[in-house]
Amino acid sequence: MNMINMKDFLKGSGFIQPIWVFVIVITVFFSFMSEYFLSIGNLGNILVQTSTIGLIALGMTFVMINGNIDLSVGAVLGLAASLSVGLQDYGITIAVIAALASGLVLGAINGLIVWKTGVNAFIVTLGAMIGVRGLIFVYTEEQSFYATNFAFSDFGAASIGPFPVLALIFLVCTLVMHLVLKKTGHGRNTFAVGGNPEAALDAGIRIGRHMMINFIIVGFFAALAGVLLATQMGAATPNLGRDYELWTITAVVLGGTKLTGGFGSITGTLGGVLAIGILRNGMNLMQVPAFYVLVILGLILISVLIIDQRLNVHASKGVSI
Amino acid sequence: MASIEQGKQAILLNKKYKEGLLNFLSAQGILVFFLICMFAFSLFSEQFLSQSNIMTVVRQASIIGIIAVGVTIVIIGGNLDLSVGSMLSFSTVLVVDLHDKIGPAGAIVLMFVLTLMIGAVNGLLIGFMRLNSLIVTLAMLSAVQGLVLIYSGGKNVDIANQSDTWFAIFGRGYVLGIAVPVILFAVLAIIVQVGMSYTSYGRRIFAVGGNPAAAVYSGIRRNWCVFSTYLISAFCVACAALVLGSRVMGSQNNVGQGYELLVLAGIILGGTSLLGGAGSVWKTIIGVLILGFIQNGLLLLGYPYYTQWLVTWVIIILAVWLDLANKRKRLFTTHS
Repeated sequence: MNMINMKDFLKGSGFIQPIWVFVIVITVFFSFMSEYFLSIGNLGNILVQTSTIGLIALGMTFVMINGNIDLSVGAVLGLAASLSVGLQDYGITIAVIAALASGLVLGAINGLIVWKTGVNAFIVTLGAMIGVRGLIFVYTEEQSFYATNFAFSDFGAASIGPFPVLALIFLVCTLVMHLVLKKTGHGRNTFAVGGNPEAALDAGIRIGRHMMINFIIVGFFAALAGVLLATQMGAATPNLGRDYELWTITAVVLGGTKLTGGFGSITGTLGGVLAIGILRNGMNLMQVPAFYVLVILGLILISVLIIDQRLNVHASKGVSI
Repeated sequence: MASIEQGKQAILLNKKYKEGLLNFLSAQGILVFFLICMFAFSLFSEQFLSQSNIMTVVRQASIIGIIAVGVTIVIIGGNLDLSVGSMLSFSTVLVVDLHDKIGPAGAIVLMFVLTLMIGAVNGLLIGFMRLNSLIVTLAMLSAVQGLVLIYSGGKNVDIANQSDTWFAIFGRGYVLGIAVPVILFAVLAIIVQVGMSYTSYGRRIFAVGGNPAAAVYSGIRRNWCVFSTYLISAFCVACAALVLGSRVMGSQNNVGQGYELLVLAGIILGGTSLLGGAGSVWKTIIGVLILGFIQNGLLLLGYPYYTQWLVTWVIIILAVWLDLANKRKRLFTTHS
């Protein structure tokens, strides 16, 4: 492999994305370090553990390719989890529908504000992150809810054959969102708006609507992740989902999506999510304290940023002193 | 004829006066809003405007305020700092834990040195290596939180003998009837505000944040400027940790969690643009105090503490929106 190919490969323009090489390397590493790592049961575990952050990351990828960011996903997740458990007196179906609807509505509100007022998405969703957490506390009155209907928590532990249902839901959603991004007009326009909003506007793309649709998508996935997390625990606490926005953004950035918009992929995001999940799971199996994972993730994130910058140095070279 | 001229002049003068008033309202809108809030709360609660209550609010707001002063400089320089929350945990745990081991003076010095070193790492990565500040400080947020947990082993720390240590003065002391945290906040804010307004250093930071390329062509050492903003931010965090550690005389591992967002909320509310090149410490103080007084006012009116988060949601977006609408002379964007 000569130098140019190597560069193309690391830039992610080749067939395999660099994050997947990383995923393969740590998989091999942990399978040597722990005999339990490569068992079917543990791989299913990893997928279930990552499904929460993974589902949100799918939506976040769309929003970030679009050139925006959503900091409110953790709070939306918490609200949906509380609603899906707290409304079970009206039946599980209604509770779950209400929870998912709350995600759609909050996403739509965020998107509408970003579209109509022109306020930076970072500020809009920072406000929503604080405010939606307030909504959770108003609704729950600081109480944790427990699911009394076991059909709800059984769903979180169910599996079809050897495959856990939650993992299957995550994988199916990943496939669907990959196709939406690659094969539909909305996906193409999302790239166009993120790459150059003014050019997209001149080309007749309705940039506001695409932004709003993407915020609705991420709101829906955050709510879905909240409901599924609640089924796993059979309960919901008002502080559920704090810091999830940080983990999600970390996963998406690891997967190669640019914060500036216009570049990214669902396959990369899947790699980023799996990298975090495998690191956590593998280090748990090696009995490394969970604290070290935080440091290692921070270091990996900075390394990815440095490698990315060194490779794209000609594209982004400004004046330097 | 004379009367017509006079009339014209009167109309012009009137117009000028009106425009001046509108300009004042749009430039100082947040201050006007602040005064209206204070007035409204004072109607419903007698204690609200009492001297003791005002001092309590300012004292409560001073920790967030001290950090916000530093982060404002980073933002004016065109970058973000999300790592201040974790750094606050780090510094507070460090100073409280070392207090009993090597004495208060040593603990304070060591805490300042180590906190400034974290700031220097931020500054190196963002100033000299030109990495995206949002992601770098996000990574540092996670890494520094991990360091705190590794250092403390997941246990909370506290100071054994709380009654006779002079360390208490930073959080609990009073000088001339004013709480020390408030004095520290005021002194820091004045120094930084004067530095930003009246020195060439301040002008350089504004230039770097406003147009980095132009700043570099004017001979400003951009990398050093950005680097220095992160040192200032770290220094402010260390001061806040001094106050927090001394007031509580103990610390949880994640005591600073979420502070970065409260700080940002105060800065945005004050009207400092996240794009860099504009803003002031003065505005940030107003923003932080508004959040403090709204929290206090809602509590005095008997609402639970979390209602302030809903109010914060609305006013942050409203404040930025109205500012934007004023600039483009239109309430809504026109694109579809």
